[in-house]
Amino acid sequence: MADQSTHHAHDAEEAGKAYWSANLRLIFISLIIWALCSFGFGILLRPMLSGISVGGSDLGFWFAQQGSIIVFLALIFFYAWRMNKLDREYGVDEE
Amino acid sequence: MDQFTINLLFVGASFALYIGIAIWARAGSTSEFYAAGRGVHPVTNGMATAADWMSAASFLSMAGLIAFTGYDNSAYLMGWTGGYVLLALLLAPYLRKFGKFTVSEFIGDRFYSPTARLVAVICLIIASTTYVIGQMTGVGVAFGRFLEVSSTTGLLIGAVIVFAYAVFGGMKGVTYTQVAQYIVLILAYTIPAIFISLQLTGNPIPGLGLFGTDQASGEPLLAKLDQIVRELGFGEYTAHNGDTLNMVLFTLSLMIGTAGLPHVIMRFFTVPKVADARWSAGWALVFIALLYLTAPAVGAMARLNITQQFWPEGTAGQAVSLEQIENDPAYDWMATWQQTGLLGWEDLNGDGRIQYYNDKNAAMQEKATAEGWSGNELTNFNNDILVLANPEIANLPSWVIGLVAAGGLAAALSTAAGLLLAISSAVSHDLIKGQINPAISEKGELLSARIAMAVAIAVATWLGLNPPGFAAQTVALAFGLAAASIFPALMMGIFSKVNNKGAVAGMLSGLIVTLLYIFLHKGWFFIPDTNSFTDADPLLGTIKSTSFGAVGALVNFAVAFTVSAMSKPIPQEISELVESVRVPRGAGAAQDH
Repeated sequence: MADQSTHHAHDAEEAGKAYWSANLRLIFISLIIWALCSFGFGILLRPMLSGISVGGSDLGFWFAQQGSIIVFLALIFFYAWRMNKLDREYGVDEE
Repeated sequence: MDQFTINLLFVGASFALYIGIAIWARAGSTSEFYAAGRGVHPVTNGMATAADWMSAASFLSMAGLIAFTGYDNSAYLMGWTGGYVLLALLLAPYLRKFGKFTVSEFIGDRFYSPTARLVAVICLIIASTTYVIGQMTGVGVAFGRFLEVSSTTGLLIGAVIVFAYAVFGGMKGVTYTQVAQYIVLILAYTIPAIFISLQLTGNPIPGLGLFGTDQASGEPLLAKLDQIVRELGFGEYTAHNGDTLNMVLFTLSLMIGTAGLPHVIMRFFTVPKVADARWSAGWALVFIALLYLTAPAVGAMARLNITQQFWPEGTAGQAVSLEQIENDPAYDWMATWQQTGLLGWEDLNGDGRIQYYNDKNAAMQEKATAEGWSGNELTNFNNDILVLANPEIANLPSWVIGLVAAGGLAAALSTAAGLLLAISSAVSHDLIKGQINPAISEKGELLSARIAMAVAIAVATWLGLNPPGFAAQTVALAFGLAAASIFPALMMGIFSKVNNKGAVAGMLSGLIVTLLYIFLHKGWFFIPDTNSFTDADPLLGTIKSTSFGAVGALVNFAVAFTVSAMSKPIPQEISELVESVRVPRGAGAAQDH
């Protein structure tokens, strides 16, 4: 895919569309995890997780106070790594 | 050496460092002044962003808010970090690709509308100004407590320091000073926490100690804390006592607001590449997380320490005696903080002891009648003193207290500088160059940016000295405006083809609805007693005015899409602009414009 940029205009446009939808898919998945760990496990689904105890409290409390932050970190680094790789695959990275 | 000299040494050394950096990092061009020449390494930028973001509120107030409310205030922890995911995925890389100097410039160009740019500038200036007042008062308070000067003198010293590195160095000076300030503030926050965690749980990492075992009782720390506060009639620490809908919306508002605050967004203009902007958001959150993973431990451990100090024999035994408070060195912190007016106690029933309990709880009222108590005798405990008093409460060495003083000042000064920079670039770049005199020379623009910065510092200092009574509430306003107007406009600018009319209508309606809701609950223009509702009994269900930013954002999106669908689609060149913002290639060229 590295030679995408050398193809003629129509192919470049197709590749551009594919790049953008790959990006949107990645964002969508990441945001689902983002919401699940904070609003989900941390707040709304906490009663469901109350049976799993973590150091004097339950899993939902841990997600609300620490777990969500750790997941946020992992998400941002995963996204950065994956996108920078996508940029190169579709030949839209900065030289 | 006495405590005063130690504090002076720590604060003086940190200030000398900031001034040294200011001299080293002078800005010579507008690109250096607004974006540090776009040559900042992503890790460096992440550290600077962390200091920029973590204000007096994160450093001083947050642990106290968590300590006295418990689980329900996890909203601050998730909200103030979750916004970075939105920033990294939805805004930072694209705005860096666009390659201009201010947030309002993107909105103005993308929506081909000077009106949109003006609305963005106004939101930006209101949000940043209200935010800066809190930082300046924080500087005054920290000076007043630790250097024994009046808070006016303290504030003026702080203003001179910020002036030195922000006016001369611009973004370049601010960036490198913020790196130094981050190091000072993170050491100041974590060192006392490590000591306290070791004392209570034997675990040197506070974030792990929180879920560890309380060595004195052998029970898990959180279970012990839950038990003690329950026995005093307070809501359990780890329990969900508040309203779920409000907690969700409050968390979401803080997240969207964080991602929409201009002084944070503009930090991502300073990195060399789009790829760096993505990494940099991650590094920023790494450095922020070091404090945010520690904060809940600080809160819980402080709550346990304080409660146990008032009930030295356990909640079933006798309360602490006035005599012990006066004579036992472990209670010295109480006298120190009583003088500031932020801590107060009174022996209401005259039994020579101070009973601390929840006198609004029915079961406790019965117990109080039986025991002859006349209400909660810890009459005043300001949340904000918790972090500053914590090392004293835990009897830590005096150098730790000096370090905390320097840390509190670093947190307030670094955020103040970032906000002032956002204000001055909005005035010189968006108002003067963008609207009044587009032909202004580079030198002229640089001079006007410096003058705008000096004026902004003067105004902020004046507001810090004469804080409007609503200083605390205005933080909600800053977040509300950022969430309801700036974030949706930026997001639609990148991910949709909403047109100029849609964007302006959306921003204005988000802004107006949010302002209305805040004013209805907090009073018109924050004038006391002009409110029609209170946050205890809000207009819409259980939604407090501080949680309304998310609703305002929703209104913004809905109006923008509706109006846009009914009016002319965007012109070809704007469509091309959107396409080009979406791909990283070519970012190098944009910076030379």
